[in-house]
Amino acid sequence: MTEAVRIDTSLNPRAAAASIMESPMVEIEGLSLWYGAKQALADVTMSVAKHRVTAYIGPSGCGKSTLLRCLNRMNDLVDGVRMAGHIRIGGTDIYDPALDVTELRKRVGMVFQKSNPFPKSIFENVAYGPRILGLGSRADIESVVERSLRAAALWEEVQDRLHDSALGLSGGQQQRLCIARAIAVEPDVLLMDEPCSALDPIATARIEELMLELKNAYTIVIVTHNMQQAARVSDYTGFLLLGELVEFGITRELFTNPRHKKTEDYITGRFG
Amino acid sequence: MRTLWRSGEPFIWLTGGALAISLIMVLGLVGIILQNALGFFWPADVLRATLRDGTVLTGQVVQRERRPGTAEWRTKLKVANRDLYGADFVWVDDSQIAARAYPPAVAVVERTEWGLLIGTVTAVRDGGAVVATGGAAVDEMRSRLPAAAALRRQIRRIERSEIGAINYEQEKVRLRLKGLDARGVTTGPEVEALQAQMAALQARYEERVAALAELRKGQTATIVVAADEGKEKELPITEIVDVYFPNAMGPLDKSVHYAAKVWEFVSDDPRESNTEGGVFPAIFGTVMMVMIMSVIVTPLGVLAAFYLREYARQGTFVSTVRIAVNNLAGVPSIVFGVFGVGFFIYMVGGTIDQLFYADALPTPTYGTGGILWASLTLALLTIPVVIVATEEGLAAIPGGTREASLALGATKLETTLRVVLPAVMPSILTGLILAMARAAGEVAPLMITGVVKLAPALPIDGYWPFLHLDRKFMHLGFHIYDVGFQSPNVDAARPMVFATTLLLLVIVVFLNLFAIGLRNRLRRTYATSAV
Repeated sequence: MTEAVRIDTSLNPRAAAASIMESPMVEIEGLSLWYGAKQALADVTMSVAKHRVTAYIGPSGCGKSTLLRCLNRMNDLVDGVRMAGHIRIGGTDIYDPALDVTELRKRVGMVFQKSNPFPKSIFENVAYGPRILGLGSRADIESVVERSLRAAALWEEVQDRLHDSALGLSGGQQQRLCIARAIAVEPDVLLMDEPCSALDPIATARIEELMLELKNAYTIVIVTHNMQQAARVSDYTGFLLLGELVEFGITRELFTNPRHKKTEDYITGRFG
Repeated sequence: MRTLWRSGEPFIWLTGGALAISLIMVLGLVGIILQNALGFFWPADVLRATLRDGTVLTGQVVQRERRPGTAEWRTKLKVANRDLYGADFVWVDDSQIAARAYPPAVAVVERTEWGLLIGTVTAVRDGGAVVATGGAAVDEMRSRLPAAAALRRQIRRIERSEIGAINYEQEKVRLRLKGLDARGVTTGPEVEALQAQMAALQARYEERVAALAELRKGQTATIVVAADEGKEKELPITEIVDVYFPNAMGPLDKSVHYAAKVWEFVSDDPRESNTEGGVFPAIFGTVMMVMIMSVIVTPLGVLAAFYLREYARQGTFVSTVRIAVNNLAGVPSIVFGVFGVGFFIYMVGGTIDQLFYADALPTPTYGTGGILWASLTLALLTIPVVIVATEEGLAAIPGGTREASLALGATKLETTLRVVLPAVMPSILTGLILAMARAAGEVAPLMITGVVKLAPALPIDGYWPFLHLDRKFMHLGFHIYDVGFQSPNVDAARPMVFATTLLLLVIVVFLNLFAIGLRNRLRRTYATSAV
């Protein structure tokens, strides 16, 4: 980080999170969430810095994916979800009843754990978002598709077979296609839910490289199981355990000098 | 023993055996149909058998078998000439046959009435005077046949098109008069104008009928055919459909004749209460009914499946509905037919008649069996198939696909229409293929909802509104039943049953191939893994 960042050394994660922000894109405040009677998130407060990569780590079931899915309200699709607290993205409360959730999702793109291209051609996959947005002319869409595929570092590989089925691509290519599809609508925030968990090391390296390029244009939030990955790509890291944000800080600090015993245990592999 | 079982070999043999038995049964059935149907059009040689007691029998060999309980063979001869002998077929013991011959002069005459005529053409007469005899008679007859056929076509055209059109106009005028009458208008300029129109039509009708009579009177030529036992038949040339001399024909001639007969079978109208001629109206009716049914059943079944799988909250109720839909496929088809009669024909059709065709009552328009009601009944019968196939397809689409679309800011509706629907298309077509196959072969519910033995007109013709959904129609499945079990001369009609069965099979296969081709195209386009 080139910016001078003050770090509060107190053990209160909320204070730590609040103090390190450069220019926050997403602000989460006192977020709690229940699936039925089961509490999945407990009073999470943090911010996501603009044009930075923020990673959530933690053992399975700690709530990191749930937290991510709160940011584009994908949790709305689950029956019996109840939540408290506030999330603001670019200053707008995204749980405002007057807010159109589809508008929100156009601003907050998402890449899923399992690559999920539509059973359509490569071109149609990327063009889907712009078409939904009502981007009219064929030429406009073509240029958006090319730009997105270039941004996702896929253009060179697929430019000759844009109209072939997307399901014919390799796993890594499919995941990059999903990234291209997500950025085709030019979102402010890009959410990535364990995007490399099903990929081989080479494909993973390409996606990680891509994230480092993309953060110049987008704010990225990534959930990962892989602590090395979090250490490699993220600027900030949050450690969640049993629905609580145990520690949140600059990645280098968190990995080299964790303030919490639990964080230290986790990153040194003593549990999880 | 244990190692043998563990090796899996016996199970492989078991599965292979099951497949083999199924294949043998199906292939056997198709084989029997093929064998009986394909031989029907072949111009078989005519045998002239002289028996030991001096009797001469002339006919085509149809079948040979051992006399039950003895080692002796007997032969079944199709001697035809029903009007002369009383029966088409004769069994002859082979031991009784003293001499066999295949005289080239024997002619087989297809005529418009009484089935085949087999014998020797001895003379051509015109207006009582003999024109030609002996060998010259055949040439004379041949030279007169095209004119006779043309005349028959002309008579048919006058009957069908011209008189048909006049009758159609008359019916319209009659209904308008009746409508006026019902409103209490019995005199006045309107009524007079209609009555004048009616009189003009009647005059045109009579003029046409007179023209017909004139045409018929002009054709007085006859041929004389000598049959066995000195019997003779004098046959008007206009009644001859075709004459051929099988014993004088080479394999090439026979093949040409065969092709012509097959073409006649698929393109011509039936004759002689369906036991001869073609089955074109039945083909047309079957295909059209299947099409109308497809148009109705596909959207309905697909929408229902979408609700069940995409929108309804999955629970006991939806599971119950699903089980009920699946079991609907097990309801006997005649029950659907009865429902079709009660609901579609009497209730819906009856109401339509009262609202829109009151002038024609008590003659029903929609309140009687018709192609629309038959198609609707079959749509009801096949809807479980479409629902189940579509639902399976929807279940096979990964949930992530829908999520991806929603995460891009698409609404649920956009997701359903733009992502889910294209992806499930192949499954929908699979359902449609199964539904079409079922509908094309169904007979029982059709018998009471609109299929008839002989429909006077096709459901599509040149009169407004061109597509007549209220009309009764012919159907290949019913045709098979009718010809096979209801015709006066079952023995003679049997090959026709097999030929019609084969045709129905071919049509079902073609409809399926069309849908399969479409599905494969879609699969290539979308490259889904869904079934």
